[in-house]
Amino acid sequence: MEKVLFGDNQFFAVNHSSDEKSRAQSIRFKDDEAIIRVLDQSIETGINTFMCTTHDRIANICKHIVDNPGSYQGFKIFPCMPYAHKYANAVTELGIMGTIKQYVPGNFFSTFAKGSVAFLGKDFVKLIQILIDAEMKMFKGIETPVIFIQNVLVDLILGLKMYDVFSEYHEYIKKTYNAEPGYITMNMPALYDVLEAQGISNPVICSSINKIGFRMSGGKEIYEKYLNEKEFRPIAMQVLAAGALRPKEAIEYLGQFPRIESVLFGASSKSHIEETKELIEANL
Amino acid sequence: MIKGAVLGLGKMGLSHASIVAAQKDVELVAVCDTSSVVLSGFRKFSNISTYSDYKKMLDKENLDFVVVATPTKLHYPMVKYALEKGLHVFCEKPFMLRIEQGEEIIQLANQKRVANQVGFHNHFIGTFRELKRLLSAGVLGELVHFSGEAYGPVVTKEKGGTWRSNSEEGGGCLYDYASHVINLLQEVIDRPVKIHGSLLKSIYSKGVEDAVYSLMELQSGLTGTLLVNWSDETYRKMSTSLTVQGKKGKIVCDATEIKIYLKEASVKEGLGKGWTIKYITDLAIPVEFYLRGEEYSAQIEYFVKCIRENMQVEQNSFEEGHYTDTVIEMITNSTK
Repeated sequence: MEKVLFGDNQFFAVNHSSDEKSRAQSIRFKDDEAIIRVLDQSIETGINTFMCTTHDRIANICKHIVDNPGSYQGFKIFPCMPYAHKYANAVTELGIMGTIKQYVPGNFFSTFAKGSVAFLGKDFVKLIQILIDAEMKMFKGIETPVIFIQNVLVDLILGLKMYDVFSEYHEYIKKTYNAEPGYITMNMPALYDVLEAQGISNPVICSSINKIGFRMSGGKEIYEKYLNEKEFRPIAMQVLAAGALRPKEAIEYLGQFPRIESVLFGASSKSHIEETKELIEANL
Repeated sequence: MIKGAVLGLGKMGLSHASIVAAQKDVELVAVCDTSSVVLSGFRKFSNISTYSDYKKMLDKENLDFVVVATPTKLHYPMVKYALEKGLHVFCEKPFMLRIEQGEEIIQLANQKRVANQVGFHNHFIGTFRELKRLLSAGVLGELVHFSGEAYGPVVTKEKGGTWRSNSEEGGGCLYDYASHVINLLQEVIDRPVKIHGSLLKSIYSKGVEDAVYSLMELQSGLTGTLLVNWSDETYRKMSTSLTVQGKKGKIVCDATEIKIYLKEASVKEGLGKGWTIKYITDLAIPVEFYLRGEEYSAQIEYFVKCIRENMQVEQNSFEEGHYTDTVIEMITNSTK
């Protein structure tokens, strides 16, 4: 993994500190061209990995990349699935069954959901695989060496202690996509313990890591202990703590943890991208 | 070890189940839902007992508490059955469909002396807590106006079919979405006692409203507006805010930031003249386990703490949830 991963929150009006900024972003990135322009600027500064959700609009960006292979040589995407709001809104509107019916292609469901026929365990594994394939469709023709599950799903499964889901996911991503499975979480120490117990060694774990302990559940101290002592491949996100920290002090803080492999960040202007990239490379 | 169960495994129920199971010294022993798909997922991947009949679950399992996250019309029989068994109960919002049901349930909960809480999670967001504190401290002086607002993309096309599109079952923007704002302003500013007029508008839904606009008067005499619309796709997700104007300034507060404007500096609060902005990064309530937002974990941590320490629930009690139901009824009546 490269040291610098370019994120996509800014493109989709995800802002953890201000609804107003979020609105401004939504206006600025109304058109896909605006996203592509910033993405191209990040490439000009030497960033070659884009870590993004499986948002509907990413499909358009992927199409642009595939259609212009000359401009995107060596360019990689780390997909993060699923785009949770798509499903969450659908569950509110259609219920869980309705949502699965809407997003699972073909007749898969009708076979099982009729009458009192029980939905079996093995069908569940199949369902997970079908949903992964559906999410991955948009990346066809693009290098995706690491494939992540989003924190909302990772942490849901973690809380429910359904640990075998992680093993099923891990195996399927390795086998079918020949990629490294990654995990985004807001509960890094707890997740690490579980993955280790599941026999998943040296996992890629992306979590909030910042000087003020923002979104570091259980507290900053245990995160620092794990970063110092445990065997895994950490990616730091929310390093600026939603804007509460200045880039210099934020990235310098990361420098004390040599195991951190990469930093995920998003920005909308070339100067910001350049500044953050330089700081990361100087400190990591 | 405190033992709990979750009734209803929709979006909120699943999320509660995960948060409950992740609590220290708490065991999620059973879940109940009518969907065979969801239950088979639990059977395949967990050791949690599954039920499709809540009475069977409550009869059979040895529980301390239950989380009720079913559609609103089912709250009454389920909460009642759980209370009769002496269980502590966390009930999703809105509380009850009918006022008399709420009164009966509150009486039963008091009689059984159990922890009782309703899932109005906004009270566990640091910014809204800060707003409440600042208002209690009187930084705005005499209040002149408030506005409680929420917008989001729940129903954005003409399609229906779930209980959310049936007002008899607690569907519609008023019950489901506006209740959050009513409850928030009721506890952060003051309780509404009179409705001066309301508009309930259907935009895409048939049979229920997608927007609620209401002119309200609070106990203190302060008047203001309630503006809620769940068919607004210019919002990525639900966005809830309270604005309060006083003779000494104004505060605009949402889940991510609180913006304070003061005509003169407040030395006591360390707030300068003009705008001061405080962010959730400094105000969030720290949690042991995070899923979807600190507030969802914080409310369950609080509920468990009340059970463990035999404390009276002071945030989001059934009584507070019931008052919100009362205001909802006042709004409905104001349009008749």
